[in-house]
Amino acid sequence: MEMNADPRNSNTRQSVPGIEQDKRILEGRRSFFLWLIAVGAAAMGALLAVPLVRYVLYPVFATTTSRSWSHLGDFSDYASITTPDRKDAVTKQVDGWRESVAKKPVYVVKGKRKPSINDKEVLTAVCPHLGCDVPWDPAQNKFHCPCHGSEFAEDGSLLRGPAKRGMDTLPIKVENGKLKTLYEYFQALLPYKKITGY
Amino acid sequence: MATQLPSGDKPEATRKKQHSRLFLWIDRRTGLDKLLHDALDEPIPGGANYAYIFGSGLLFVFLSQVITGIFLALYYVPSVSDAHVSTAYIAKMVAAGSFLLSLHVYGAYAMVIIVLIHLSQTFTYGSYKGRRELLWVVGTILFILVMGMAFTGYLLPWDQQSYFATAVGTSVPNELPVVGGFIEKLMRGGTQIGQLTLSRFYAMHVFYIPALIFLFVAIHIYLFRKAGAAGPVSESPVKPKQKTESFYPRQLVMDLIFALCLVTALGFFAYFDPASLGPLANPADTNYLPRPDWYFRPLFEWLKLFHGRYEILRIVIIPTVIAILFVGLPFIDRRLERRPWKRPVAVGIFSIIFISLISLGAYSYNQDATNKDVATQLAKQHKMEAQFMKQPFKPLMEGAAGATMAKPSGTPSPQVAEGKKIFQSHSCYACHGEGAKGTPIAPKLIGIGKKFSNEQLDDLFKHPLPAMNKGGMPHFKFTPDQVKALRSYLDSLQ
Repeated sequence: MEMNADPRNSNTRQSVPGIEQDKRILEGRRSFFLWLIAVGAAAMGALLAVPLVRYVLYPVFATTTSRSWSHLGDFSDYASITTPDRKDAVTKQVDGWRESVAKKPVYVVKGKRKPSINDKEVLTAVCPHLGCDVPWDPAQNKFHCPCHGSEFAEDGSLLRGPAKRGMDTLPIKVENGKLKTLYEYFQALLPYKKITGY
Repeated sequence: MATQLPSGDKPEATRKKQHSRLFLWIDRRTGLDKLLHDALDEPIPGGANYAYIFGSGLLFVFLSQVITGIFLALYYVPSVSDAHVSTAYIAKMVAAGSFLLSLHVYGAYAMVIIVLIHLSQTFTYGSYKGRRELLWVVGTILFILVMGMAFTGYLLPWDQQSYFATAVGTSVPNELPVVGGFIEKLMRGGTQIGQLTLSRFYAMHVFYIPALIFLFVAIHIYLFRKAGAAGPVSESPVKPKQKTESFYPRQLVMDLIFALCLVTALGFFAYFDPASLGPLANPADTNYLPRPDWYFRPLFEWLKLFHGRYEILRIVIIPTVIAILFVGLPFIDRRLERRPWKRPVAVGIFSIIFISLISLGAYSYNQDATNKDVATQLAKQHKMEAQFMKQPFKPLMEGAAGATMAKPSGTPSPQVAEGKKIFQSHSCYACHGEGAKGTPIAPKLIGIGKKFSNEQLDDLFKHPLPAMNKGGMPHFKFTPDQVKALRSYLDSLQ
């Protein structure tokens, strides 16, 4: 073995080949040790990142409201409605550590889209485009979104974009003559209805 | 032992040859290579040693505190109505929340322990000598800032323990003549502990003190590098003669091993014995015995010493002397001798102060353990804390629009009002809970009227059951009318 091939060794005084070799082996071990420490530290860091990521993502997977039916009054009251009837669906909303009773705007409308009972639907007022609350425009006889101009027919079906689907219908049922709905949230911008939470 | 290591003595040209072109490009733009070598080639007289791991260990735990603290801020809200429930939310609901919270709490303990070791070692090794006066003084400032973090962080969960410990802690300045009351009001943001106190402590804990710590850590490290590592006690503090070894790689590896040990230990405790949160602060609880966390125990006990004419010793003289000795140490002790066995006076004084503090703390714990009443109450508090942690998370209810929250209202009868007054003024709620809902230490009293008549209840007060005595129920002397009022009040509750 040529000991002086490495320039580092040229300025070592009285280099005895045996000792130099020992030194090299030692250095090899050292760099292996360092490599081990680096890998260990990286593994430790990755391990610690797991709780951090879970911690941050927690609300993404937690539900925000408790799933309960909201009362909308006697079903018979809606028998003869001609225009959409704006109502509040009262839901218990879980907002982090706070729990509050929230009022969510819904419309009881005439229509046959699913789900419906006796030609009555309940629509969420949230625009399926980007989530503004859509008011009923009695003058034009349609829903007109104030944000980006989407328009919907009386039964919530799509008349004009940019929304890609009609207003979202909510689950309904009639119990003891009372109309009840289950308030839900839907993903914006999709051409079809997809529940994201309730 | 101090072998010269390759990175230190390799000629620049060969060193650069080993790097990729990308590294060289980055290096030309940033000067990274020089920066790394300046940082890593710091010479250590006498070579790397496990004795020198504490400074960097402290920095490491501090960074861990910063990271966990920032993550806690994702959910914690510093308001009187939200602080406790948001902390409980972290501890009981959020994924890994209890783990992060515990890492932060135990990290604070680690900070205090390591800062004490670092300080004691610097003293024992005489590493403050030889043009290192400012390095020491900045260190003392950092020590005070670390204790300030421990103090301000304590209030934030807003549970029983934190509330009452802060009540005591903020009252301490009242001991000082003239300025005492002013300082207390300044800390509390008024005369009472409330929202303003919480906001102040929060701002101090997350903005002001951390900013100061960053600043002074930078100064501390700069001054350390300027003066150079002091090395072993046999080394001259001014002109080091011993063979040096560069910081990289051996010292760095030792520091990293220590850091890994710290993470492992903190993670172990945080995972297997998570920090606990007590019940919501109840300022009306007159039975609560406030106790500070262990690191303030010696000072807590100190407040009980020297009453009467020697009070001045406790309040002014001894603290001032210790403060002067502490901060001014390198100006007072100017000899260059570093070996502790050749510095009997300095080491003696330091040992006396250190041992006194430990003894005070130990004495304080011993007092609590031997006094039966105190021990029972503390055990009770501990039990309530454990109980609270076991309960499922209860969200903060907001009566929005009163849609489902509406309670049957109407003015209560005068007898019910009278009963409520008795219930409040005799602190019945302290054990039986607000609205007599019951707590781990005392039963629920709602609906007790169904079990006992007025006469029976009256008799119960006069001749308590053994279980009541055992539970620490005080002996009240109520008139029959008062008993009647109490019963009406309890019957009115749901």
